[in-house]
Amino acid sequence: MSAQQIIFDGVSKFYGEVLGVNRISLSIGPGITSLVGPNGSGKTTLMNLMTGLLWPTKGTVRVLGVEASQAEEFYRLVGYCSQFDAFPKGLSGYDLIHSMLGVHGYSAADAEELTWKAIDRVNMRDAAKRRVAGYSKGMRQRIKLALAICHQPRVLVLDEPLNGLDPMARAEVIALFEQFAADSFYIIISSHILHEVDMISDKVVILSNGYVVAEGDIQGVRSEMEDHPMQIFIRCDQPSVIASRVFQQDHVVEVKIHQDGQGLLVSTRNADQFYLLLNRIVLENQLSVEAIAPADENVHSVYQYLIGSNGGTT
Amino acid sequence: MNFQLWSRQIDSIIRLELKKYVFARRWLGVYLLGLAPILLFGVRMSFFNRRQLLETVYATFFQFYLLRFAIFFGCFQIFTQLFRGEILEKTLHYYLLAPVRREVLAAGKFLAGLIAGTAVFGGSTVATYLLAFASTGWGDQGLQHLAQYIVVVMLACLGYGAVFMLTALLFKNPKGPAMLLLGWEWLNFFLPAFLQKFSIVHYLQSICPVSVSRGPLAVITAPTSAWYSVPGLLLLTAMILAVTSFMIRRVEVTYSAD
Ligand SMILES: Nc1ncnc2c1ncn2[C@@H]1O[C@H](COP(=O)(O)OP(=O)(O)O)[C@@H](O)[C@H]1O
Ligand SMILES: [Mg+2]
Repeated sequence: MSAQQIIFDGVSKFYGEVLGVNRISLSIGPGITSLVGPNGSGKTTLMNLMTGLLWPTKGTVRVLGVEASQAEEFYRLVGYCSQFDAFPKGLSGYDLIHSMLGVHGYSAADAEELTWKAIDRVNMRDAAKRRVAGYSKGMRQRIKLALAICHQPRVLVLDEPLNGLDPMARAEVIALFEQFAADSFYIIISSHILHEVDMISDKVVILSNGYVVAEGDIQGVRSEMEDHPMQIFIRCDQPSVIASRVFQQDHVVEVKIHQDGQGLLVSTRNADQFYLLLNRIVLENQLSVEAIAPADENVHSVYQYLIGSNGGTT
Repeated sequence: MNFQLWSRQIDSIIRLELKKYVFARRWLGVYLLGLAPILLFGVRMSFFNRRQLLETVYATFFQFYLLRFAIFFGCFQIFTQLFRGEILEKTLHYYLLAPVRREVLAAGKFLAGLIAGTAVFGGSTVATYLLAFASTGWGDQGLQHLAQYIVVVMLACLGYGAVFMLTALLFKNPKGPAMLLLGWEWLNFFLPAFLQKFSIVHYLQSICPVSVSRGPLAVITAPTSAWYSVPGLLLLTAMILAVTSFMIRRVEVTYSAD
């Protein structure tokens, strides 16, 4: 069984004192899995651990039963398109891929065939022999993708592969992932925008501050997070006015007025609707509001951030 | 043990390293160190009209310029680049993501540096030697001397190369430790005989065909015979490379922190 899965077993990674990810236990099967979380939540750290660029401080990582220290076996299985955007100086896209296939141990002729295959797959034939230094961001992204797939790995790890791509290129790249997935690849994609990947993902893992806060199929994750009410604290001059109005709403589960009479705590299943309503109440009643803040900073705020308009694409 | 795979991988790593660096600005200084004395010797050395005197002049030039200066700094430039440079340029992950043992990677990179260093400084040695003895002729032993000098160049690149590859893995800024080593190698002949043996240059100069006066203050030790020097240097290099391999196994990609 473990030979068919990517398994994190109690994995923690600290950068000195700084937490990268903490106590991750995950098992990832075939198909497309998305790692979703805000910037700094640990997506890159998790992917670097998965691909052996980092060693865990605690715990073990195995990909289809192999550890990264067994490099010769491990890196035939794994292809990684990292977020690092630097390239060896002076090389063309073709040179880079061909040379790296040589390092894999392929003969020059085999390497040439595989290089063109990968380059064609990402539509880069025309620019392949030009220096990478002259490529646009989208072209660099595609040549990195080609490098990640050139040796036909079974596990493909892609760190924010859609970043910096225009909508056209984005659609193309997404179509490419679906093609890979159909070839029974294991694909792991990271993103800080949930709706960017939820359509294509078989499984979603939500990360926040180095922890996995939810995982499962997209429906499961959505309802898990939506069912759990969100707490919002409002500091204002007449909390009872707000309390009486919001209490009638279906999505409001609980309302508590703060002891000092200067604030209230609302639990709601639908923060968007709640905020709309709150605006209305405040305007209609000329209330003076000092502060509004989510009271629990974990699952909900992350989720709101991920699905919300501050995701940055829409 | 898969020697066939490893040799193919090492071959590819050497080609890739040379492709990346041969025309890179970083190696310009190395070429200058090798070229400069050729121009110097191009100016006819006819005023040293006695061959014996010329041999001493050449030996002095070789020991003090080539060995202790040009090869030292050339190897510093070439070999510190191999891993530290790739970390600074954020390109090391390309190699680390290939199915290649890190020891094999270290071996490939080391050999690439060795080839480059030997080509530049071996070439410089041949050219300066030929120019130096152009007018007097080089006598019966000339060819043998030249061969010996070339062996010394190779061993120097081997020893200094290994030291600098390791230094650059141990220290974020390898310049300080390199300067310490340089000082040690230069002060070498004022040291007691016992301590002299703990330097690379001591073994190198004992293989040189013509010995030179190292000044009135020098402590003269009997040169270690070539039968010990060569295996000694090879052993030292092997030990340093073993430590390097051990270090490389632990290397992680944390560019942003570097
Ligand atoms: N090289 C590093 N040194 C120190 N801290 C780091 C390093 N890389 C990442 N971190 C920290 O680890 C946490 C997770 O970062 P990262 O994995 O890059 O998140 P993401 O990819 O989701 O943006 C952040 O708090 C970040 O500051
Ligand atoms: Mg990241």
